[in-house]
Amino acid sequence: MLSCKEATHLMSEGLDRKLGTGEQLQLRLHLAMCSGCRNFREQMDFLRTACRGFLGRVEADEEQPPK
Amino acid sequence: MPDTALIDADFVTAIRRDLLKFAQLQLRDAALAEDAVQEALAAAFSGARQFAGRAALKTWVFSILRHKIVDLIRQQSRTTNISALGDDEAGLDEAFDTLFKQNAHWRPEARPGDWGNPEEALRESRFWEVFEICLNHLPENTARVFMMREFLEFETAEVCSELAISVSNCNVILHRARNGLRRCLETSWFAPEEKPC
Repeated sequence: MLSCKEATHLMSEGLDRKLGTGEQLQLRLHLAMCSGCRNFREQMDFLRTACRGFLGRVEADEEQPPK
Repeated sequence: MPDTALIDADFVTAIRRDLLKFAQLQLRDAALAEDAVQEALAAAFSGARQFAGRAALKTWVFSILRHKIVDLIRQQSRTTNISALGDDEAGLDEAFDTLFKQNAHWRPEARPGDWGNPEEALRESRFWEVFEICLNHLPENTARVFMMREFLEFETAEVCSELAISVSNCNVILHRARNGLRRCLETSWFAPEEKPC
């Protein structure tokens, strides 16, 4: 059984590599039971989205409406 | 020379400001960032390429700047140990550990909360200020690895090999960065709501 701490590491690594089948299964099981880790995962996904958004803002052309 | 009609003082000022912000975040050295931006602009404007418009030109300058930043980081990684655990890093790790009970499950008060629809924040310019502040709060080496992954869009394996650190080290550093950023955004932007479960 994964601990929350271990789950956070897997969720972070999940942004960098494809998790193995066993890892995915363990994580899914853990997330089904733990809302804290479900929130953690959404926050990790949001960080990725925010980074993409940040890049987009920096690269955006000035003539486009801001935001 | 690209279309001179595309280039006027306002455009160059705006582009410089954006590029400088980007370079400064990653390099954390004003002089180095200034040089990198200057070189990127010079390289972009001296080429014979034609651009469909300012957006295309800006994308081009930006890609040149990215390469320059990568080169600088590569050089720095030869003289600094990116994976060395400084006081800042150790502090972040300790702070992370305090979120958990003895059995490595969340302490009730430290359990990650529901951020609702965080995407809405992306439309607010105040959020981006906070985001930048949080990035700047990350320890230097931690931030470097994170930004290489997320802003220079390297695969993790490439980040590790470029910076000569092991994959597991890379994973530890990225996890530290993400959690640090998450915690900073949580306290500075997403007002702590009631904790579920």
